[in-house]
Amino acid sequence: MDPNEHALHNAPFLWRNPEPKSSYDAVIVGGGLHGLSTAYYLVKNHGLTNIAVVERGWIGNGNAVRNTTIIRSNYLWDESAAMYEHALQLWEGWGEELDYDILFSQRGVLNLAHNLHDERESIRRVNANRLNGVDAEWLDAEAVKEFCPIVDISPEARYPVMGATLQRRGGIARHDAVIFALGRACDALGVDIIQGCEVTDIDVVDGRVTGLQTSRGPIAAGKVGLVAAGRTSLLTAMAGFAVPIQSHPLQALVSEVYEQILNCVVMSNAVHVYVSQAHKGELVMGAGIDAFNSYAQRGGLHVIEEQMSAGMQLFPQFSRARVLRTWGGIVDVCPDASPIVGLTPVENLYVNCGWGTGGFKATPGSGYVMAHTIATGEPHALNRPFSLTRFETGELIDEHGAAAVAH
Amino acid sequence: MKRLAGRGRINQDRTISFTWDGRAMSAHPGDTVASVLLANGIRVLGSSVLMNRPRGVVTDTMSDPNAFGQIGTGESSEPLMRLTQVEVYEGLTAMSRIHKGVLPTGTDTGRFEKRHAHCDVLVAGAGPAGLAAALAAAEAGARVLLVDEHPHLGGSLLGEDVVIDDRPAHLWVAEVEQRLRDNPAVTILTRTTVFNVGDQGAIALMQRVSEHLPEAKRRGRALRRMWQVRTHELVVATGATERPLVFPNNDRPGVMLAAGVRGYLHRYGLVPERAVVFTTNDDAYRTVLDLINAGVDVTRVVDVRPDPQGWLPRRARELGVEVRGGSVVMDTTAAADGALAGVVVAPLGGGETELITCDVLAVSGGWDPLFDLHHYLGGTARWDEQLLAFVQDNVVAGQRVTGAAAGIFGTTACRRDGHLIGLVAAEATGFGSATSGPAAPEAADVTEQAPADFVRVAAVDGDESHSFVDHHRDVTMAGIERALNSGITNVEHLKRYTLVGTGTEQGRTAKVNAGRLAADHFDLDFHMIGVSNARPPSQPVTFGSFAGRALGARFDPVRTTAIHSWHVAHGAVFEDVGQWKRPWFFPQGTEDMDAAVLRECAAVREGVGMMDASTLGKIDLRGKDVGVFLDRLYTGTMGTLKVGRARYGVMCKADGMVFDDGVVLRVAEDNFVATTTTGGAAGVLDWMEDFLQTEWPDLDVWLTSVTEQWATVAVVGPQVRTVMSTLAPELDVTQDSFKFMQVEDAVVAGMPARVARISFSGELAFEINVPTTSGLAMWEAVFAAGEPYGITPYGTEAMHVLRAEKGYFIVGQETDGTVTPLDLGLDWMIADKEFVGRRSLRRTDMLREDRKQLVGILPVDPNDRLPEGAQLIETAEYEIPVAMIGHVTSSYESAAMGRTFGLALVRGGRSRIGETIYAPLLDRTVAVELVDPIIFDAEGTRRDG
Amino acid sequence: MFQIRCPYCGPRDEPEFKYGGQAHVAYPADPEQLSDEEWTRFLFVRDNSRGRYAERWNHAAGCRRWFNVIRDTGTHEMVGSYRSGERPEDAR
Repeated sequence: MDPNEHALHNAPFLWRNPEPKSSYDAVIVGGGLHGLSTAYYLVKNHGLTNIAVVERGWIGNGNAVRNTTIIRSNYLWDESAAMYEHALQLWEGWGEELDYDILFSQRGVLNLAHNLHDERESIRRVNANRLNGVDAEWLDAEAVKEFCPIVDISPEARYPVMGATLQRRGGIARHDAVIFALGRACDALGVDIIQGCEVTDIDVVDGRVTGLQTSRGPIAAGKVGLVAAGRTSLLTAMAGFAVPIQSHPLQALVSEVYEQILNCVVMSNAVHVYVSQAHKGELVMGAGIDAFNSYAQRGGLHVIEEQMSAGMQLFPQFSRARVLRTWGGIVDVCPDASPIVGLTPVENLYVNCGWGTGGFKATPGSGYVMAHTIATGEPHALNRPFSLTRFETGELIDEHGAAAVAH
Repeated sequence: MKRLAGRGRINQDRTISFTWDGRAMSAHPGDTVASVLLANGIRVLGSSVLMNRPRGVVTDTMSDPNAFGQIGTGESSEPLMRLTQVEVYEGLTAMSRIHKGVLPTGTDTGRFEKRHAHCDVLVAGAGPAGLAAALAAAEAGARVLLVDEHPHLGGSLLGEDVVIDDRPAHLWVAEVEQRLRDNPAVTILTRTTVFNVGDQGAIALMQRVSEHLPEAKRRGRALRRMWQVRTHELVVATGATERPLVFPNNDRPGVMLAAGVRGYLHRYGLVPERAVVFTTNDDAYRTVLDLINAGVDVTRVVDVRPDPQGWLPRRARELGVEVRGGSVVMDTTAAADGALAGVVVAPLGGGETELITCDVLAVSGGWDPLFDLHHYLGGTARWDEQLLAFVQDNVVAGQRVTGAAAGIFGTTACRRDGHLIGLVAAEATGFGSATSGPAAPEAADVTEQAPADFVRVAAVDGDESHSFVDHHRDVTMAGIERALNSGITNVEHLKRYTLVGTGTEQGRTAKVNAGRLAADHFDLDFHMIGVSNARPPSQPVTFGSFAGRALGARFDPVRTTAIHSWHVAHGAVFEDVGQWKRPWFFPQGTEDMDAAVLRECAAVREGVGMMDASTLGKIDLRGKDVGVFLDRLYTGTMGTLKVGRARYGVMCKADGMVFDDGVVLRVAEDNFVATTTTGGAAGVLDWMEDFLQTEWPDLDVWLTSVTEQWATVAVVGPQVRTVMSTLAPELDVTQDSFKFMQVEDAVVAGMPARVARISFSGELAFEINVPTTSGLAMWEAVFAAGEPYGITPYGTEAMHVLRAEKGYFIVGQETDGTVTPLDLGLDWMIADKEFVGRRSLRRTDMLREDRKQLVGILPVDPNDRLPEGAQLIETAEYEIPVAMIGHVTSSYESAAMGRTFGLALVRGGRSRIGETIYAPLLDRTVAVELVDPIIFDAEGTRRDG
Repeated sequence: MFQIRCPYCGPRDEPEFKYGGQAHVAYPADPEQLSDEEWTRFLFVRDNSRGRYAERWNHAAGCRRWFNVIRDTGTHEMVGSYRSGERPEDAR
């Protein structure tokens, strides 16, 4: 094998590290995947040239590196399915478009059903997906076993597997590679990626945003997009309004490296497990959200204990797999478990937040519609339903209520 | 390496055997797998994953990047076990698999336990600092938990030849251990690792309980135990780990860390044939002196520093060792098996090279304090220019770092610091006084000359692809340089680009060097670059240990009713509803589910059936304000309910969406019983308590869950009065005396019972409630009394069919958190008063005419039963994507109507009754007529029998 | 895993408790008088700040009482807890 195989997955040149200019046509606050994706499409689709991404730490240092890299689009509601399916279609061509080996692997995502209620809701979702043009299948327990031989489907299990939905086009990608790919692509398109630049205030004059105060000096901006996930509330407070999100810890973990054993993504809402095996061989597994608000990027050990018990229900042979590292991300959750992408009460200031546990999979689509919104001042058809005003009318897109797995 | 008789902390008088890759190995009690392999001449443990390079043991600690193997066989074998930690026992099997493991198949037979404990001071690490801290804190009166990963106390002292108070260190350790063991407030856990530090002193430990013993001696004990300890103070005394140096071919088996080499001597009596030492500091000379003392030929000391003049180098010279200052090892040569054969030594900066044969090259690039535990709660670190190491930068509340972990080197200094930290920690928890406690030890450690700030020897030919920074991930200097030329300016990006430091050993030998190389590259101060953050667990922990015994049935409790045994005996098939097991249907003979359900439904509609309704939630409400309280929570009015009557009610969350429903009984002026759905019981109680305590504490209401105190037998069907008369001759069940929604206390089958005329099927029905202890007896009595009339036990599926025929919705089936009472056609239940969630029903989206509304559906083909979850569209022909206007929530075959039917939520459904819409399925499209949800007995004539 | 001081029972481990979100957000006395915007604010908008935060916890597996906690959402420091009716300044 090539001595630098893993390093060679990454490009020899990624990005410049420019000093911030005094003024940009548009500034994206937040150098996570959605922020970079927004900047990428601002240039690529809308021809903006003078843009910057400002990032308080290093790009990708938030949820981009604290997720389980699952990609799927099998959401129940039309609005969600459209948004995530658009994103999935972009993923399908993204590696080539970005000219980067992002290890996008469409190995299939199983969502298990463990009782009659799960089964009914799963079939509802499969039907809705199919009619929305999203690939979806219902598998009975035997078919689940055939697709993923290591799942325990014994009927005596405490939470027996009664079947599963399968989205064959779903899968995983290498999150680190996506950071590098997007950073490189943005840089190549002339976007200034400014790391180590924390926004300390947002300048609003007569109801319109004019610029940012940052740890690296003031930056004037024609338009500003806030794409800061769990820290969005701290930023919107600077601009004088609130968004209905709460920031919670969400823990995940990786195991040590093992020979391939798990060939697809397996998720279960009832027992709170989602797991896949990354290309290198480590099992990547997510836990439930800690209930409390937090910015500390850590959650309770009992959440991991519950998650492991749940994982062992489905995969008894994981008993001697070992947790190598755990981490906590800050997920920004809306009351309806759907994101907010669109206009704000402040002119020329746009917000993209509230992706909760579902952000990674939306990366290309989120940037695409956010860029459209910033460039045109109007939401794209795909993000129009995801407005900040929906909470007032009650026109929510309730993905908890719909019992779709929101990871 | 070879074994010296009489040396090491092993019992050389006894020999035990185990197998390595099927080969028998001879070992002594006290050996680890790693020490035995070295003793048996096995230098190459395996090949690295990416570059297929031969790799061997590097050191004697958990920092070793190569010493991994698969231990055990079959379903309980474990991959990637630390061979430097695994103690050998008779019959052990180990296999070479160094960087990538294989998960066994099957179900683990090992047992993993959990335990919780409390203490005042938890000391992590029982080296000189930790022992001193534990002793000081304990003797000040604190409850102390002392934890160490080794089988014995002593920490680094186990691998050193040190004198304390004019006697060998192990005597000092033994004395401290005795004083600790004599103190009842002290608990000592060996073979135990602190792997996580959480908020408010939540410390997690992993203890190896019996895995080091032969199978026969485990005697059913757990293999490991996870401890969760709540401590006031944590003392981090986890020592330090040695850094390697980067030079071409520095990964050959035989290139070891200097402290590891002397560790193998002192712990296992193992020495090289011929050693060379390559160092940047004085500490490596301890290895030189100890090897000389053991009679080993230390051919050369290669010291980067131009003029090593500390006490230790001088002593080495006095003993005749050739110390070459200002020199480096610039390459190594390999024997046939790929292990080390010799080293190429040259002056730093170039000059004449010399090839020296040796089987071990002991390397020291300095020491890194190990204080991962400090990082887990946001602790930070700074680079210390004097120590050339990271040390803690801030103080984390409730934690103190001491000894080598705090950058304090030297046994006496560690003991002194540990002692003081122990006193301070005890004082912080209310014991003793740090200023007036016993005095700290006074003595000086050997003064050492400053180490060289040196990381790597560049390859002469510029090919850096065999100079390893990270053995575990096969990251070379070439890989690091490639990353640093890409625009990366940050160690986290460096880690993700190269994978440096991400190995199973947490990159302990790699991370600091990678950061220093990055700093060199950018010509920055190291503190501006730093190292990637340590994340828990400090050592990998098995999934099975986290799960503990919460497996199988213990994963989640199963709840069963008082009547469960009867259901089992009568062949019920069960459905999981929340934690409850409920009979789904009772097949007879060869019946399939459909046949059973049709029979059960027919029996209820035509004769009499019985159902176990015990799982419904029941909340007892008492107090003078219960009526007011319930009026504020239910959409309808409850306060006007008369004693002895019941009323159906629906509750919304504040957002106006239906949350739960059930019948409320008023059993006395100040006593109501609210029933809830089976799955919603706990949530409704929470909801009620929340409002009662936080919004309306002035109300006189007392809430008690009585779900498990009552068993409920529903007796249903046209013949039910006959059965009831037999069961309760004293009770007048005629229509005039026992009306619908009436509640009576009565004696039924000789048992006191609460009887209510409640119907969820549209049939005449009585629910008999008795204390749970009488539940089975009542069920059997009802069954016996009904037998002459063919009484038929039925399950949840028949119950669902019967209620759907009547258009009754089920929370969670017809509702999904997006459905209001208005959507369900419950306008008549919205009383003219304020209740929780009412305001939400006025929001613009709630007033839209095209909201999804509950309707009945009749497939045009009466034999076609739709799957529940089918979507509904406007037209028979369609192309994907197609707009969906609703979905099927319930779908059944009706015995009473002799056809299929269902319920659905459809946009503007109520105004579309009579229209035909379509359910597109994979194999067909089904036309369905929209009808009123009440499909059967719309006039309600059956309710009164 | 937090350790939370129940003002009625004393310090206990987090799994005994249920989280209740931001404290001191009362159900509006007369919801019908509120505009859609005001009602939305009550329904969905809660403080999401970093730093000291007054929040509700219920000792669900203990005394089942609701009470308030001041906790730092940035560091998880438990500043103190207090009963309903007590002032945040009384937290201990």
